[in-house]
Amino acid sequence: MSALKSLRVLLSQGKQYIPDLTTAVPKGFRGLPVIDSEPCEPGCSGCVDACPTAAITSAPVRLDLGRCVFCSACVEACPRGKIRFTSEPKMGATLRSDLVIGEGQEQMMQLRASAGFAKLFGRSLKLRQVSAGGCNACELELAAIANVNFDAQRFGIEWVASPRHADALVLTGPLTRTMKDAVTMAWEAMPEPRFLVAVGACAISGGLYEHAAGVDRAFLSSVGPALFVPGCPAHPLTMINAILGFLGIR
Amino acid sequence: MSASALISTVDVASVSLLEPPEWRADTLRRHAEGSRILTLFGRRLSDRVLVTTAFRKPTGAIELTRALIGPDGFRALTPELPELHCFERELHEQTGVRVEGHPWLKPLRYEGQAQAAMNAYPFYALTGKEVHEVQVGPIHAGVIEPGAFRFMCHGEQVQHLEIQLGYQHRGVERMLLERAPLRLAPLVETVAGDTSVAHAWAYCAAIEALTGCALEMETEVARAVALELERVAMHLAGLSGIAADIGFLQGATSYGRLRTSAINTTLRLCGSRFGRGALRPGGIGMKLPPEVLDEVEQALQLLRRDVPIVNECFLGAETVRQRLRGIGVLSPASARALGVVGVVARASGLAIDARAQMTEGAYALAPIELQRFEEGDCWARMRVRVAELDASLGWLEQAVRAFPSWQRPLEPIGALPSRQIALAVVEGWRGEVVHCLETDDAGRLAHYKVQDPSLRNWMGLAIAMRQNEISDFPVCNKSFDSSYCGHDL
Repeated sequence: MSALKSLRVLLSQGKQYIPDLTTAVPKGFRGLPVIDSEPCEPGCSGCVDACPTAAITSAPVRLDLGRCVFCSACVEACPRGKIRFTSEPKMGATLRSDLVIGEGQEQMMQLRASAGFAKLFGRSLKLRQVSAGGCNACELELAAIANVNFDAQRFGIEWVASPRHADALVLTGPLTRTMKDAVTMAWEAMPEPRFLVAVGACAISGGLYEHAAGVDRAFLSSVGPALFVPGCPAHPLTMINAILGFLGIR
Repeated sequence: MSASALISTVDVASVSLLEPPEWRADTLRRHAEGSRILTLFGRRLSDRVLVTTAFRKPTGAIELTRALIGPDGFRALTPELPELHCFERELHEQTGVRVEGHPWLKPLRYEGQAQAAMNAYPFYALTGKEVHEVQVGPIHAGVIEPGAFRFMCHGEQVQHLEIQLGYQHRGVERMLLERAPLRLAPLVETVAGDTSVAHAWAYCAAIEALTGCALEMETEVARAVALELERVAMHLAGLSGIAADIGFLQGATSYGRLRTSAINTTLRLCGSRFGRGALRPGGIGMKLPPEVLDEVEQALQLLRRDVPIVNECFLGAETVRQRLRGIGVLSPASARALGVVGVVARASGLAIDARAQMTEGAYALAPIELQRFEEGDCWARMRVRVAELDASLGWLEQAVRAFPSWQRPLEPIGALPSRQIALAVVEGWRGEVVHCLETDDAGRLAHYKVQDPSLRNWMGLAIAMRQNEISDFPVCNKSFDSSYCGHDL
């Protein structure tokens, strides 16, 4: 009886996995923004003023994905429709400066695959996640990379329960002062070689909480992220593709 | 005005300002007469503290009372009304007001200067033979938020669990006063990121109530569609988590993939799987053109068809019943005394759901029945979620058909009026989300109180763990499913 019920679940489930994660585009997703090269209205700073995280600078217009919360306030503020969000989820970068999008730029800079890390972790990468003020959106999206849809395990990418087992620390949230000690301890507990991944606007720049009273980002001035994964929250495809690019996995 | 959220707007001048002893007696009297306390909070005004209390009367009406507490403080209400323990602790922590005779006046979330003292938390100590303590956290073994748990055990049995929170404290309430009041939506959406829609709705409804902005029914329904999709998605996530915690892997993966369908539907409507941008003061940031309507209907049909198949397998399995029944019991009496809300309250027999009794707005379109169980165990909390999931899917099917396309510009929002208070209650997937905004003489925000249901529910978990084993903790915790950041703010 229970075997039949189980079989019915299996049949209804079908195949859920996305066959090619590198080309998948989530329909309707507010992803990579593109800024047209056409000139702004003279004296207009609508997008700059509307942005809740100071992600935009003008003349020429530049947008920092490390700050962007993808709220599209800039799109609504622009009288010329210069900024639009595409559904492209690939937004990861290894250099902080590569997260700044310029006018006419249609895609991200190529992720610089790290040859050393690729050799070490290209077939097996164990991740330990730590949230330090994350709102549970990035955390849920990160957990989702291991679900039946995204199935990151196919590349040997897995979440582990202890920093002792981990190759990389995946940080979310703006880094609350009360998590400072715990984050430092988790990092120090990890065996070398190891690297840090900053996921979401909060972890990359502080995002909406950059100037919040309960935030202390000192840890990030001593340990720099090797990989940046933008979003608010970061989409599972953004995370997976960032890792695949970073480790040169095809 | 937003007819689908519970709203109360009042003139500051019309709220009765009581003397502290009178306010105390009045609070006890109202409670005895059947009013439910929605919130209690305060702020410092030079050497005094202005405390606001909101009640929901048995008739459904919301009433506010206030008191100005002087340097002598006030006698705690917690001994008589344990449900106020968290509010009085928060009040003490945020304003420094003296709360005489509070039995458990421990830090709630370590705000401001107190942050430095986090490692010196005064844990309750259990002493005696064969007594031991187990500390877990703040970092846990999964991809989840941080919080610290200390189990005080005698043998295998947990005598008490003490929960230390505050690791997620960012300082949200202060930031809400530092930014332009009409542009707070992105920040509000991250108070608890898995409850973005409910918090955004409470914020929008309060702003609209203050400025007298009326919305079309179509907009109300669209907001409720986003809210119910959030509920469907998070109930599926919760069921998936419970299944994983008891090692029922088919349930874990199947509920998980169904959640993907739900959040991808939200994605189609607003560009974010978490409903970011779905609601803005004056309206919605969602669109439902005909081609998307087809996709939404297909997704709802799939959920309506497949959820019962998984339910039958999961709920019908003897092993699941054995593992969840009688575990983590929060009795109706304890639930009432602690003032828990939402799913937790309804699983312990309490009839609290802001969506019930709605005579107008989106939920009058197709009333949602309150789902209630009496047992108060992990099984009951899971059954509430299963039943609510089903009810929400049924409502969603009717709602998207009632208004089969939405695309409407935002209604203009005027300046905030001076000296007004707006309180909004929205039934998020965990329970009631309460936002209370007050303006000053110049129409600026003088206070913004945010309350996630988790504030009231965490203590329920601590009490439910008594006489259970540590190994039951993961499933108990998942069945309560409280928010860390929603509590810590």
